[in-house]
Amino acid sequence: MSDNKFLNFLERIEPDKEKSPLMHAVFDGFFTFLYAPNHTTKGGVHIRDGMDLKRTMIMVVLAMQFCYLLGTWNIGHQHFVALGQHAGYLDAFHLKVVHGLIKLLPLFIVANVVGLGIEFWYAAKRGHGIEEGFLVSGALIPLIMPPDLPLWMLAVAVVFAVVIGKEAFGGTGMNIFNIALLARVFIFFAYPTEISGDEVWVSGIVKGANNDFFGQTYGMFHGMADWLFGLFGFSTFGAGGQAVADGFSGATPMAIAAKDGWDAVLVDYTTLQLWWGAIPGSIGETCKPLIIVGALFLVFTGIGNWRIMLSMLLGAAITAWLFNLWGATPFMEVPWIYQFYLGSFFFAMAFMATDPVTACATETGKWIYGFMIGMVGMIVRVTNPAYPEGWMLAILFMNAFAPLIDHYVVESNMGRRAKRAEEALERRGFAAKEVEVVEETVAH
Amino acid sequence: MEYVDLFIKAAFVENMVLAYFLGMCSYLAVSKTVKTAFGLGLAVIFVLGITMPINWVISEYLLSESRGFGALIGADLTFLRFILFIGVIASMVQLVEMIIEKNSPALYNSLGIFLPLITVNCAILGGSLFMVAREYDFGQSVVFGLGSGVGWFLAIIAIAAIREKIKYSNVPPALRGLGMAFILTGLMGIAFMSLMGIDAGQLMGIK
Repeated sequence: MSDNKFLNFLERIEPDKEKSPLMHAVFDGFFTFLYAPNHTTKGGVHIRDGMDLKRTMIMVVLAMQFCYLLGTWNIGHQHFVALGQHAGYLDAFHLKVVHGLIKLLPLFIVANVVGLGIEFWYAAKRGHGIEEGFLVSGALIPLIMPPDLPLWMLAVAVVFAVVIGKEAFGGTGMNIFNIALLARVFIFFAYPTEISGDEVWVSGIVKGANNDFFGQTYGMFHGMADWLFGLFGFSTFGAGGQAVADGFSGATPMAIAAKDGWDAVLVDYTTLQLWWGAIPGSIGETCKPLIIVGALFLVFTGIGNWRIMLSMLLGAAITAWLFNLWGATPFMEVPWIYQFYLGSFFFAMAFMATDPVTACATETGKWIYGFMIGMVGMIVRVTNPAYPEGWMLAILFMNAFAPLIDHYVVESNMGRRAKRAEEALERRGFAAKEVEVVEETVAH
Repeated sequence: MEYVDLFIKAAFVENMVLAYFLGMCSYLAVSKTVKTAFGLGLAVIFVLGITMPINWVISEYLLSESRGFGALIGADLTFLRFILFIGVIASMVQLVEMIIEKNSPALYNSLGIFLPLITVNCAILGGSLFMVAREYDFGQSVVFGLGSGVGWFLAIIAIAAIREKIKYSNVPPALRGLGMAFILTGLMGIAFMSLMGIDAGQLMGIK
C-alpha cells in the first residue's frame, strides 16, 4: 500500500485475473497508461534496453502531433479552396479547423476503437497484458487516409491489418509487415475508387449527375458550429451545396506531375505551397517541414533510426537523379530535388520505414533496407502507371525482405569472425586439424 | 534491351510464386530454413534455365507441323507436348540430383524427397507452357527460364528468412507451420503487387 489514496483505490478495484480476464486486461491497460509500472518490458524483438514499451510508443505519437494539427487545418482549407471561398491561408480559420475536426475525428475514433477493441479481446483471450502496439498504428492510420473515406471501410481495413497482420503473428513486436500500411494497402486493393484517383483528396465535395462537382450539404455538426459562431458574429458555414470554383479537378500535384510533368504542377501550385503542404493529399502527408521536425524528434530521442532515414533519402535521390538522366517520360524529367516536394516521401521516411519491428535489426542491414526502400519507392512512383505513389508498397516490399537481409548480414559477420579466429590460431602455430575443430565450434 | 525487359518481367513483375502462385508445394514445404531454401532455389534456377531451351527445340523442331520432324512426316504432334516436356524436366532433375548428391551430401539429405519432386514443380512445367503460349524464340526462352528461376529463388529465400524469424514468435498454436506460411505468402503477394503494371519495355522504347 502506498500513501497515494487514489492508487490505493485503484488497487482495491483491480478485477481478478482468473474470474474476468477481459476486465483485468482493460484495467491493466489503463493503469499502466497512467502510472509507470515498476517493471520494464520483457521479450519482443524490438526492445533492446530497459525502456518501457509504452513510453516508446508515446514518443512516436508525440512526434506526429504536428501532422495532426496541420492536417486538420488543411482538410478545411482544401475544402474551401475547392469551393472558391476563403482562399487566404488564415481566412475563416475557425471554419477550416471545425470542418477538419468533423472529418478527422470520426476516422481517428473508428480506427482506435476497432483496433484497440481487437487488442483488448486478444489480450483477454490469450492471457497476456494489453500490448500498446496499437497506439502508434492507431495514430498513424487516420493520417494516411483520404479525408472522406467511409468509416466502415476503415473499420474493415483495421480488422484485416490487426488480425492478419499482427495477432496471427503473435501480437505486438512480432509482426513482419507494418500494420498501418497493411490497413491502407487493404483499402487500396479492395476499394480502389475510394483511395485513388483525383476526386478523393478534397473533402466535402460531391459529384453531381452531370459529372459536375458541388459542395456537400452541411450536416448536424456543421450546424452546431454555425450556431456557436453565429452567437459571436463570426462567419458561418451556411447550408452548403455550392458550386465549386472554376477548373476544379481535385488532382494532387503528384497526379499532375505524373501526367504532364513539373511545369504543369507550377501552373497551379508554387513550390513554397508544396513544401508547406497546403495541397490536396492524404491527411498527414502534406506538410514536409513539420514532418521533418517530427523525424528529428524521433532521431534525438533515439527511437527513429537515422541510418534508415538517411539511406532512404539517398536511395530516392539517386534513383530520381538517374531518372532525370534517362528522361523517357514527363514524370522522369521532374528535377530530382522536386520529387521530394511531391507525395508522401517524408511521412513514409519518418514514421513508416523506421518502424523498429518491421525494419532490419542489424546496422549494415538498416543501410541496405533504407536504400532499397528509396530505390523501389521511386521506381514504383515514376515507372508504374497503375499507382500514383510508391512508398507504401515499397516499404511493404522491403518488409518482406528485411529478415533475409538480416540473415545474410549475420552470416557474413559469423564468417568474418570464424576467419579471424582461424588466422589467429594459425599464427600461433596450431596444426591444420586443430584449426578445423575450432572452426566447427565457431560455426555452431 | 529486350532481354533485360523480359528478365525483369519474369523475375519481378510476373513472379512465378507471388503473382501466378505456381510452384507452391516445394515453396511451402522446403522454406523452413534459409540454407535449404537457398539450395533448392539454385536447383530450380538451373532446371528452369536448362529445360526451357530444350523444350523450345522439341516444341519447334519435333512437334510443330511447320518445320523439322513434324513437317517431314506431315503431322501435328503437339498433343505429345505435355509428356515430352515432363520427360525432359524429369531427366534434368535427375541430373541435378546426381550433381548435388556428389558435391553436397548435406544439402542432398536436407532436401530429401523434395529434390526429385522439382519434377512436378508446377512453376517449371508452367514456364515451358507459357513459353509456347507466348511464342518466345530461343533466346527469349533462355532468358525467361532464368528470370522465372531467379524470381522463384528470391521468393523462397525471403519467406524462409521470415519463417526462421517467426519461429520464436508467439504464434497462435493452430497457425504454426503451414498456416503461417500461407498467410505470409498472401502478404508477400500484396507486397509484390507494387511492381505489377511496370512496363520496362515501353519505357525503354522497344514496344
